[in-house]
Amino acid sequence: MKIKFWLNHVEIEDEINPDTPLLEYLRGKNCYSVKRGCETANCGLCTVLVEDRPVLSCGTLAVRVDGRHVVTMEGLQEKAKEFGEFLADEGAEQCGFCSPGFIMNVLAMEKELRNPTEEEIKEYLAGNLCRCTGYMGQLRAIRLFLEHKQNLIRGGEAS
Amino acid sequence: MFRFKNYVKVQELKEAYELNQKKSNVVLGGTLWLKMEDINKQTAIDLSGLGLDKITETSEEFIIGCMVSLRDLELHPSLNESFQNGFKEAVRHIVGVQFRNCATVGGSIFARFGFSDVLTLFLALDSYVELYKGGRVSMKEFVKMPRNNDILVSVIVKKDNRKVCYLSERRSSTDFPLISCAAACHNGEWTVSVGARPARAMLFSDDQKRLSEIPGNEEIDLFIQDMKESVTFGTNMRGSEEYRRHLAGVLIRRGIQTILKDRTGGVLG
Repeated sequence: MKIKFWLNHVEIEDEINPDTPLLEYLRGKNCYSVKRGCETANCGLCTVLVEDRPVLSCGTLAVRVDGRHVVTMEGLQEKAKEFGEFLADEGAEQCGFCSPGFIMNVLAMEKELRNPTEEEIKEYLAGNLCRCTGYMGQLRAIRLFLEHKQNLIRGGEAS
Repeated sequence: MFRFKNYVKVQELKEAYELNQKKSNVVLGGTLWLKMEDINKQTAIDLSGLGLDKITETSEEFIIGCMVSLRDLELHPSLNESFQNGFKEAVRHIVGVQFRNCATVGGSIFARFGFSDVLTLFLALDSYVELYKGGRVSMKEFVKMPRNNDILVSVIVKKDNRKVCYLSERRSSTDFPLISCAAACHNGEWTVSVGARPARAMLFSDDQKRLSEIPGNEEIDLFIQDMKESVTFGTNMRGSEEYRRHLAGVLIRRGIQTILKDRTGGVLG
């Protein structure tokens, strides 16, 4: 079956089996940031953006992105690097396997929420599991990252 | 794995209904539950091209298309304002934002899952399902109907000024609820729904008239006693029958008290 959609801003036309999950399809397109960490749509490792909304690519059929825009971490390298540096500075990562899905959801949150409280941050990210850490480093990194973004906005307004 | 051979994005509801008369075909919701099943289907029927992903508000009701996501329910300002943020509370514990962006109202309600937070809340409201063949059916009836081959088009909620409070208990955050409850008060009449019993949500009305419009603790005790005797609970890996019955009593009491607190401006007798 034919689909036509945008993967990381590039238009793609393809022939696929209709029951292919988006996750497997994207990995087949060399988007190895998209990972399967569970079998129950619970871990958030496979998070990608469809029309700017974070979704689980393990539970989404590839046919359903026909005509839509899909962004994986491969398409957000600069932003991912920016936040990734905060993660690294806080020593937040251990094995790093869950990071791509986590970063995708943090970037979606940064776009969606204005000045979120700690509770709102936790709630937004509750669907991203990490079995190495206790999330403390990640939360520190997010707080510093959001402050940094705010300062950039304020700096832009001042100049 | 969930497998199928053909995929049809239907152009009209009639087409979906006709395809769905075959047992070997299946209607797609958010596919989060379907993907967990080990089944082979012939044709997957997709309703996502019919514009049913919108919430429409009229002066009397909200019409929620079957393809509206749980996240849309959570974020809809007017829907939440009308029901004391009940929708936000009922879905915000479900897995995560990414999951709720995928899961659909139609999928949750049509399946009438025994763990459904969503069904528990709708049942406590004056709500209806719009079925392609069956027409408008009250949630009260629909929750008892066996699954058939109809198509759920939308869910309707009446704006009747009812006050509602939704509460659930989970063994860990983002897990399935081990018990879910919604208390509602409309024109001085109280009803509660209890879900994750762990069976389909069930409505319990105050037929014995235990509760006055602003009930005191003794009235609430009697009402909860009645509820515990008539609602059936069961045991599974998340909790025992006794534990669920006890928690349902606690949550319903809190729900009633929250509604009373909001009404009396925080002053309780």
